[in-house]
Amino acid sequence: MLEIANLRKYFSSGLLWKQSVKAVDGVSFHIERGETLGLVGESGCGKTTVGRLLLRLIEPTEGKIIFDDIDVLQLKKNELRKLRPRMQMIFQDPDASLNPRMKIGDSIAEPLKLQGHLNSGGIKVKVLDLIETVGLNPEHRNRYPYQLSGGQNQRVVLARVLALNPDFIVADEPTSSLDVSIQAQILNLMKDLKREMHLTILFISHDLEVVRHMSDRIAVMYRGKIVEIGTANDIFEAAKHPYTKTLLSPSSDD
Amino acid sequence: MSLLSITQLKVHFPTQDGIVKAVNTIDLEIANNERLGLIGETGCGKTVLGMSIIRLLPPSTTIEGEIRYKGNDLLKLTEKEIRKIRGKEIAMILQNPTTSLNPVLKVGDQIAEAIKLHQGLDRRAAKAKAVEMLEAVKIPDATKRANEYPHQFSGGMKERAMIAMGLACDPAMIIADEPTKGLDVTVKKQIVKLMKEVTTQKTMLFITHDLGVAAEICDNITVMYAGELMEYANTEAIFKNPMHPYTQGFLNSLPSMGLKAIKGMSPSLIDLPSGCRFHPRCDFADAKCRTEHPELIEVEKSHYARCFQYA
Repeated sequence: MLEIANLRKYFSSGLLWKQSVKAVDGVSFHIERGETLGLVGESGCGKTTVGRLLLRLIEPTEGKIIFDDIDVLQLKKNELRKLRPRMQMIFQDPDASLNPRMKIGDSIAEPLKLQGHLNSGGIKVKVLDLIETVGLNPEHRNRYPYQLSGGQNQRVVLARVLALNPDFIVADEPTSSLDVSIQAQILNLMKDLKREMHLTILFISHDLEVVRHMSDRIAVMYRGKIVEIGTANDIFEAAKHPYTKTLLSPSSDD
Repeated sequence: MSLLSITQLKVHFPTQDGIVKAVNTIDLEIANNERLGLIGETGCGKTVLGMSIIRLLPPSTTIEGEIRYKGNDLLKLTEKEIRKIRGKEIAMILQNPTTSLNPVLKVGDQIAEAIKLHQGLDRRAAKAKAVEMLEAVKIPDATKRANEYPHQFSGGMKERAMIAMGLACDPAMIIADEPTKGLDVTVKKQIVKLMKEVTTQKTMLFITHDLGVAAEICDNITVMYAGELMEYANTEAIFKNPMHPYTQGFLNSLPSMGLKAIKGMSPSLIDLPSGCRFHPRCDFADAKCRTEHPELIEVEKSHYARCFQYA
């Protein structure tokens, strides 16, 4: 489904003395259709940058991204726009991902309107359908984001993403701002939706336990590089890289 | 012997939308040298409970009940008297060190400020003590680091500096509010280890939503929900034999315990459910739970739960 090879992204800063940060430094992996690949690492390891590069929200310094036999980096702007509905992203902070001045129903309808396949009646039906799919009530349609909880807003974000029938979703820490009891609800919902809609997911998180629950395979990232990749079981039962072992150990030895 | 004893504490705030009932009739004892974990989710009132002990709440707050520290009711002290308690007797380690530290003051000077105030040391002696404190929380090259600004510190280092500040005047009691929030896994482990070491001879109220962290540090744990204590027991009992359905649900929703969600969401503190506060989300709720309010009762020795199942 998705294959990336030798992906690099260097950010440079400074006027006189150029300093460059190797945020992503030669990352390669593939994701099978219908698979969830977990990407774990600590803050600043470059995992979010990888997610953004995949959707070409930012341009890589070097590398290759093949999505469903399409060379994503060779696409022109309008070709990329056609591909976008198939690749979607869920961000960390649901409250910041939604337009605060738009009603929930309008927020979900917006991508459908832009796509232009449905008339207004069709959109209305589809919005209600999506609201139900993600476990919200029809009455939520007329509310604003500030009137809903973080967990409910993350459901709205999910509905918006699903509106376009994507094949591939990058979920970047989708539950890190939620309470544990709500986190469990959202993660279980994502798992169900993945199965029903045959989604392929890159699940980015700093929480190993969460990633274990969500993923078929796990890639461990450290300082811009993938240090270990394997099935969820292999990583947890027989981690090879010392960094993975540190992440897994219950208490640190400084 | 209990160092701090809270009786019938109620804390309410007036807001535009109505009265926020953040703490509703809480009784709690913290013994000398006990490390008590206060567990709860966002908006359950746990931070407000911590703040009310050292009276850091806005003047519009209504507080009822008693908070006795070494026998004196903290709620009856004058502002001048409570200032002598804050930092010196009871110190608070706040969450989010990035916003809690003053960005334009050197870290060492911020720590020295409290020392000067409470221990009457001169500037130089206070600064030397600050460096000593930074060493105690294992900040390498402390003399140099004391002269740096918060932005030059990493998240974990800032948290260490906050801990150093809290410990600076050698308080008898510490209130730590989510000191590990927002830290990376490996850094979190280091901070937990440090907190454990520096509080061996201290009394601590450790406020967190992270059960794993509480288990590492605390002797006893109490679970808070919608402004009430739902369960109280020693740490082992909370994990091995959780009694309240909320505690059980909370444990089961952890990823490592199977990620089984609790249905619904936490109630608003303005509009609390009737009867048992947890009944709308509880799988065992019956008619009685909807109308009558359960008391916190001792089910087993030193294991308390607020649920009709055990009444």
